[in-house]
Amino acid sequence: MAGAGGGGNDVQWCFSQVKGAIDDDVAEADIISTVEFNHSGELLATGDKGGRVVIFQQETENKSQPQCRSEYNVYSTFQSHEPEFDYLKSLEIEEKINKIRWLPQKNAAQFLLSTNDKTIKLWKISERDKRPEGYNLKEEDGRYRDAATITTLRVPVFRPMDLMVEASPRRVFANGHTYHINSISVNSDNETYLSADDLRINLWHLEITDRSFNVVDIKPANMEELTEVITAAEFHPHQCNTFVYSSSKGTIRLCDMRASALCDKHSKLFEEPEDPSNRSFFSEIISSISDVKFSHNGRYMMTRDYLSVKIWDLNMENRPVETYQVHEYLRSKLCSLYENDCIFDKFECCWNGNDSVVMTGSYNNFFRMLDRSQRRDVTLEASRESCKPRQVLKPRRVCAGGKRKKDEISVDSLDFNKKILHTAWHPQENIIAVATTNNLYIFQEKVN
Amino acid sequence: MAGADSDDSLYPIAVLIDELRNEDVQLRLNSIKKLSTIALALGVERTRTELLPFLTDTIYDEDEVLLALAEQLGNFTMLVGGPEYVHCLLPPLESLATVEETVVRDKAVESLRKISHEHSPVDLEVHFEPLVKRLASGDWFTSRTSACGLFSVCYPRVSSTVKAEIRQHFRTLCSDDTPMVRRAAASKLGEFAKVLELEYVKSDIISLFTALASDEQDSVRLLAVEAGVSIATLLPQEDLEALVMPTLRQAAEDKSWRVRYMVADKFSDLQKAVGPEITKNDLVPAFQNLLKDCEAEVRAAAANKVKEFCENLPEDSRETIIMTHILPCVKELVSDTNQHVKSALASVIMGLSTILGKDNTIEHLLPLFLAQLKDECPEVRLNIISNLDCVNEVIGIRQLSQSLLPAIVELAEDAKWRVRLAIIEYMPLLAGQLGVEFFDEKLNSLCMAWLVDHVYAIREAATCNLMKLVEKFGAEWAQNTIVPKVLGMANDPNYLHRMTTLFCINALSEVCGQEITTKHMLPVVFKMSNDQVANVRFNVAKSLQKIGPVLDSNCLQTEVKPVLEKLASDQDIDVKYFAQEAISVLSLA
Repeated sequence: MAGAGGGGNDVQWCFSQVKGAIDDDVAEADIISTVEFNHSGELLATGDKGGRVVIFQQETENKSQPQCRSEYNVYSTFQSHEPEFDYLKSLEIEEKINKIRWLPQKNAAQFLLSTNDKTIKLWKISERDKRPEGYNLKEEDGRYRDAATITTLRVPVFRPMDLMVEASPRRVFANGHTYHINSISVNSDNETYLSADDLRINLWHLEITDRSFNVVDIKPANMEELTEVITAAEFHPHQCNTFVYSSSKGTIRLCDMRASALCDKHSKLFEEPEDPSNRSFFSEIISSISDVKFSHNGRYMMTRDYLSVKIWDLNMENRPVETYQVHEYLRSKLCSLYENDCIFDKFECCWNGNDSVVMTGSYNNFFRMLDRSQRRDVTLEASRESCKPRQVLKPRRVCAGGKRKKDEISVDSLDFNKKILHTAWHPQENIIAVATTNNLYIFQEKVN
Repeated sequence: MAGADSDDSLYPIAVLIDELRNEDVQLRLNSIKKLSTIALALGVERTRTELLPFLTDTIYDEDEVLLALAEQLGNFTMLVGGPEYVHCLLPPLESLATVEETVVRDKAVESLRKISHEHSPVDLEVHFEPLVKRLASGDWFTSRTSACGLFSVCYPRVSSTVKAEIRQHFRTLCSDDTPMVRRAAASKLGEFAKVLELEYVKSDIISLFTALASDEQDSVRLLAVEAGVSIATLLPQEDLEALVMPTLRQAAEDKSWRVRYMVADKFSDLQKAVGPEITKNDLVPAFQNLLKDCEAEVRAAAANKVKEFCENLPEDSRETIIMTHILPCVKELVSDTNQHVKSALASVIMGLSTILGKDNTIEHLLPLFLAQLKDECPEVRLNIISNLDCVNEVIGIRQLSQSLLPAIVELAEDAKWRVRLAIIEYMPLLAGQLGVEFFDEKLNSLCMAWLVDHVYAIREAATCNLMKLVEKFGAEWAQNTIVPKVLGMANDPNYLHRMTTLFCINALSEVCGQEITTKHMLPVVFKMSNDQVANVRFNVAKSLQKIGPVLDSNCLQTEVKPVLEKLASDQDIDVKYFAQEAISVLSLA
């Protein structure tokens, strides 16, 4: 039942495509910084550190070649953000795309929001297949006609031409943030969206660029008293008044915008009491939440911290309903991960179409599929070695210590420079997009 | 048109047509704005067969071009051959009604509404109504939102079968999947209700209104409030209670503050729509609740309506209602924790005095005014001061003057220059109401202090203020009180202050008249023409130019001219420039 978007560990994942340069020499600008499917799954957008957005389009189904079902090809590429310099604060503003969010489709064109640290932009991606022809005063090639020869007026006519895809900036939402923007999320009312930085969350109207409303502000009067920052924020998929934000202290706050204009007081606080036996110097760092995502049905939300994925029922605040270890074997390595700064990596997570499986990344180009109904999990690898067409991905195992079995990889041989931070799951089908440093892998369910 | 001779008159039109597809947006925009010229040159036939098809396909253009196009097409009926052919305009407007940009869509809808009136009843059913249906059942919500605005213009002029279809389409859109369309439907519900027969208002509209008012999206519910107000005006009094009041009551207590805010914001309209009886029984308690709402935004919106609400209360019970129900809430708002609420109240509270009369004002309102005059937030104090005229009419301003003075002094010295600027602007008004004696005693020194403020905008406003004061109190007063002080500043060591003297003279010369200007001001100006700072010197030239018309011609020739000539040979280029300009303006060359 591919169409149902179900699957999980029963699904055999096979290689479909890989995008990006093959050589190991990675240009900084090519590092993928975000991946996002649109609401139909027909388009897939990536953003990179160079400020570019690349959009892939799923080829229409080809009956004679069913294996090509989900081929994604480049549809449009454009420079979304440029590097800037804030002269007042003497700060460089990177062009890196932090997040991309698609808007629900409103007409034949597609719209997305992209953001770097400071500025959010609304882009329109549209197709054009006709162009006007016929001038009065010049030939089509630009040569001028003698004005004296004009005896009759000519009205231009539209003629078919090769399909052209255009990306045009429609709105620029600037100057709303003092700190770095980490999240944007479109409201289910389709007219507003939120943007969150380290200390504040702003609410914008999609058509108004010159003002936004501050709904959350956790900046203390004295910055020396700062103990936590906002790490991610998202709107509820159906309830227009509800949003959540996660913090570096491992808590998630749910706010109800109906209650008051300022949401400084949360209506729910999701927090798991700390296990004293696991307490260490790194406890606070690894409990920081790097991503929060509502399930499609709006009943649950998933959070990712350094070592685990937690699923929370919105009706239960005191502990998560499910907890999955992503790479528990790293617990003994925290010291070296702290030294090489990897402990601050911000892994994202995503749901499959029917909320039965979640996916998140790890090191060594491994990513994890966690099946909720069967409580089973599998580790897969995005690598050049297994990229023959339709090649099935083999599960990987990491040996946490003790005797290493055949097919197992020792923790010490994991490559911490290869990390999968950004992944996306097609909203209906079993197609996933996994970003390694500068490559985008697309895997799909094996069709027999 | 087959003649071999070229026609010179075609050239400009040819340029316009070519520029319809120029790369420069501005040129395209210019061409679109002259679309009627193009159409006129092409004639009605070619406009219909060539120009309109071209325009129908131009929806890839920039918003501003599309906006101009949508507007033009609303006035195009005669250019396509009159009402008989008006339906030819529908295809381009239809495609414009589906673009994503709201302003363009709205303009296209506006034009469609306009030309709908030019359709014959037959054309309306054959051409216009099918277009509305197409839009209403379009795939994209942009077209469905546009459809919402078109039902009300075709409904009154079509047959009853088509009317039934239109009602059905509207119903469908009210329960559309996307909140965008439901919002559009909610915002047009009132307008649509107005053209419906009363029986359908009761049967159809009420149920749609009830459904939209309990929509899951806050943004839909809040729009239903406004629709409720319109519907209430259409229904006979006896039906209001059963059909709309339950829903409106529910809106006033909605869980979302934005919906309650909307109720507060529309409260006066609502009050007028439901009439005095329901106002007394329902709206008074609802209004009290809004004034006590837990969300400051709602309280502020309600506070803004206090005066209007009280004014519109039925006369027989107005005073009782205000004294027993509204005033207690107002008293609480005076010490609200939120400054926006207090300042909203301060902007209307003075208006209550005219409604309540002298005795009540002195006994009940005066303490509130006094409290607000001492409020920590400058905006609150300013709002009170700016509305002093209402109170003045009822009890006279003397009652307040003891508290007024410290408030004014404090605002006049506020650290924020915008606050100082605001109070300066009220000075002439205050001076008029407090009288010259009080002014001289208490406020004059403030007005003079502003002249040496370190912010230019304040000095400038202070100068202008002096002029208005002189207009009020007369030239003689000026000569005795302010002119000496102003002229005294001409000897100030700070050149900025010396320039202020000149600016004051510029402003005062006309209101003070020839005598004071010639006798007192001119000598000072002349003396300053020797100032060591060039900026002062060229301002002397500018001042002379300015006050020249007030002086008599003898004085101009014998006294002003030599000074300007001297300045015209100054070593500073700016001084020269302004001196020469003054000479030529005053025709002294």
